Amino acid sequence: MIDFETPEKISSQLKVLEQVAIHVMRPAARYYDEHEHERPWEYIKMMWEGGNNAGYRGRQQPGSGEMLSMTSGSEKGEGPRIRNVTLMHTVEMLSYGDCGLYLSTAGGGLGSAAIEAAGTPEQKTRFLERFSGGEPKWGAMCMTEPHAGSDTANIRTTAKLSEDGKEWILNGDKIFVTSGLMAAQDSTGFVVVWATVAPGTGRAGMKSFVVEAGTPGMKVIRLEKKHGIRASDTAAIHFADCRIPYDNILGSPEVAGADAKSSKGFQGAMKTFDATRPLVAASAIGVGRAALDFAKEYLTKNGLTVRYDAPPGKLTAIERDVMRMEAQLRAAWLLILRAAWQMDNGISNTMEASMCKVKAGEAVTWVTQKAVELLGHEGYSTKLLIEKWMRDGKINDLYEGTGQINRLIVARRLLGYSSKEL
Amino acid sequence: MISFAPTEDQQLVIDTINRYVREKVQRARHDADEGRSYANNLVQEGWRLGVLTSWLPEEYGGVGEEHSAVSAAVYAEELAYGDLALALHIITPGLFGLPILKYGTAAQKDKWLPKLAEDKLPGLTAALKESGWDYDPLNLRTTAQKSGDGYILNGTKVGVPLAAEAEAILVYANDNGSTQAFIVEKGTPGLQISERESLMGLKALPTYEVSLKDCGVGGSTRLGEESGSEICQLLNLSRVTVGGLAVGVARAALEHALGYGKERQAFGKHIAQFQSIAFMLAEMQMELDAARLMVWEAAWNVDKGHDATRECVLGRQYADEAAMLVADRALQIWGGHGYIRDNPVEQLLRNARSFAGLTGGAML
Repeated sequence: MIDFETPEKISSQLKVLEQVAIHVMRPAARYYDEHEHERPWEYIKMMWEGGNNAGYRGRQQPGSGEMLSMTSGSEKGEGPRIRNVTLMHTVEMLSYGDCGLYLSTAGGGLGSAAIEAAGTPEQKTRFLERFSGGEPKWGAMCMTEPHAGSDTANIRTTAKLSEDGKEWILNGDKIFVTSGLMAAQDSTGFVVVWATVAPGTGRAGMKSFVVEAGTPGMKVIRLEKKHGIRASDTAAIHFADCRIPYDNILGSPEVAGADAKSSKGFQGAMKTFDATRPLVAASAIGVGRAALDFAKEYLTKNGLTVRYDAPPGKLTAIERDVMRMEAQLRAAWLLILRAAWQMDNGISNTMEASMCKVKAGEAVTWVTQKAVELLGHEGYSTKLLIEKWMRDGKINDLYEGTGQINRLIVARRLLGYSSKEL
Repeated sequence: MISFAPTEDQQLVIDTINRYVREKVQRARHDADEGRSYANNLVQEGWRLGVLTSWLPEEYGGVGEEHSAVSAAVYAEELAYGDLALALHIITPGLFGLPILKYGTAAQKDKWLPKLAEDKLPGLTAALKESGWDYDPLNLRTTAQKSGDGYILNGTKVGVPLAAEAEAILVYANDNGSTQAFIVEKGTPGLQISERESLMGLKALPTYEVSLKDCGVGGSTRLGEESGSEICQLLNLSRVTVGGLAVGVARAALEHALGYGKERQAFGKHIAQFQSIAFMLAEMQMELDAARLMVWEAAWNVDKGHDATRECVLGRQYADEAAMLVADRALQIWGGHGYIRDNPVEQLLRNARSFAGLTGGAML
């Protein structure tokens, strides 16, 4: 049945998170925007101890907070499957608080997402259990390289088997690693590294490898200075003869096989995106809603309320703007919920995941830019957070694939074209 | 619980409509537009699907399902995917019947609802829209003046579908600042139906200007009599149904664009293999899907009994714009061939424009 009722379980969790968003995140937002490479430990610890670990905390201890854990499907047979739908709501709410802080939350992050999507059961246990206790830890994904972003098949980082066949030796450079510093050096986390076992073979040679924090040969060489989401560390990581155990290659033995005949490794990477793109989109909506709510409140205080049922010809330009802002965000949000619902119900969602990402990236960019415009000089001032939301929002049209690469993915699915055909 | 899947019952109806529009309507659409009418048997066959009057209570000869705005939106999409003119034709008696169901007195229901159970599309329609950039259904220019036991109606309505054949028209008028509806039967003195209108699109659907000059009607013709009716609720129902229609038009246009893009060759490949075309197609699908979900959510809010005006307005607007965008881009992808009336998309662009516009909706 077509239904838009938010499950009670989600709404009650959201009430708690809303308090965190408003009373913990908002007051800290400006400080960490202005102190770019400081870590928000107070927030990180509070979230970690509460069991709320943004993104994919990975395996959960029974009874621990699981608002932000990510799996496909539900726990065995217990009620309806709403894990991903829940996750979208929580990520949206934390981003409504502050997108940069949300991104800095401890947890498995995109690294765990990759392991969830492509790892064996043994690997899931080995790598993800750590997120259920102890000190805060991070997982991260090393995909992008200086010369290759969305063109992942052109990744140059190599993974070579050692002579005794017991280890992989990684060499190369990775950039734009979200929480890279925390995952690779400053906690007992890990990074998932995409590398080729057969240079020159494109997708077929692409595999992913788990590198434990502190592994010799892996070094964070730079933290980026960014337009927005400054509370989140974005690292460049250099790999120089970095040796890791053989069974840290993600996937079953046949996938892991170094003969590079199968592109299952690559498909594993792409499957990760089916799960993570809607999350990025949900984060976008949180930022957009923050800006829209603020702008609406500002306008209301100044005597302007939107007359939804007035004849369109009699609406003011600002009323039209606000209505469009609301509609764009809502439309994107519904596309996100659909992609999450598909995941929860085991329906393939590659096209819909990219689609919601396109829409949300575009919506948050436009809505936040519009909000700055509507508030005039105040909007442009750093006294308010609106200008920050505009800077934060833009990232969502870039990471996890730009709006353009995601359009390409939608188009390929829609038309039934391979990457060679389109 | 969030879900995006129609019920099995809804799916059965969707499939039934789909078969009808694919096998019959889409083939007839072009000629009907050129010839300004559909073959009567095709219209009657659509009417007999009965999908838009499934809410008719059993006592009046219907199947007595609970009225659902979600179902209405879903079925409207499927019909308009066939052709908007025909969809509106088949929906028209509902524009009269549904307000009677929702707000009619027992006598009004007894008199009019059984006609919706008939095998032949009944001559019942509604007149709401007025001319002008500032047309406002909440502040109509057509007036209803109390006079003795009855009312005197004055004003002019436009775009009234099937008015010439109508046995009765539900005329909306400004009754002391409130929009109320009056059942005006054929032949009532002062009721005048103009020549058939000629519009850019929807050519197969006969529409008329209807004027009321000191048109006197009895007190029993006022919908709901003393209790009246709530125009806001009726408008919301209309918005989500029209939203569904817009999604259907967009779907038809997108289908033609996809087909042509994968067939037409240029520079040694299919034009859909160029990103300039492929990106347009991706965005068309995205806006179509978004529009459908916006309409569904608005309709769901209506069914839940929530105050859904905001959702309905935004959903309707979104769908209107999506229909225009998708139809326009479909024609663009067809290039010069899209402009030729023998090809399918120019008709869709003309029809798509019937939605939005400053007046907030051409037909309803």
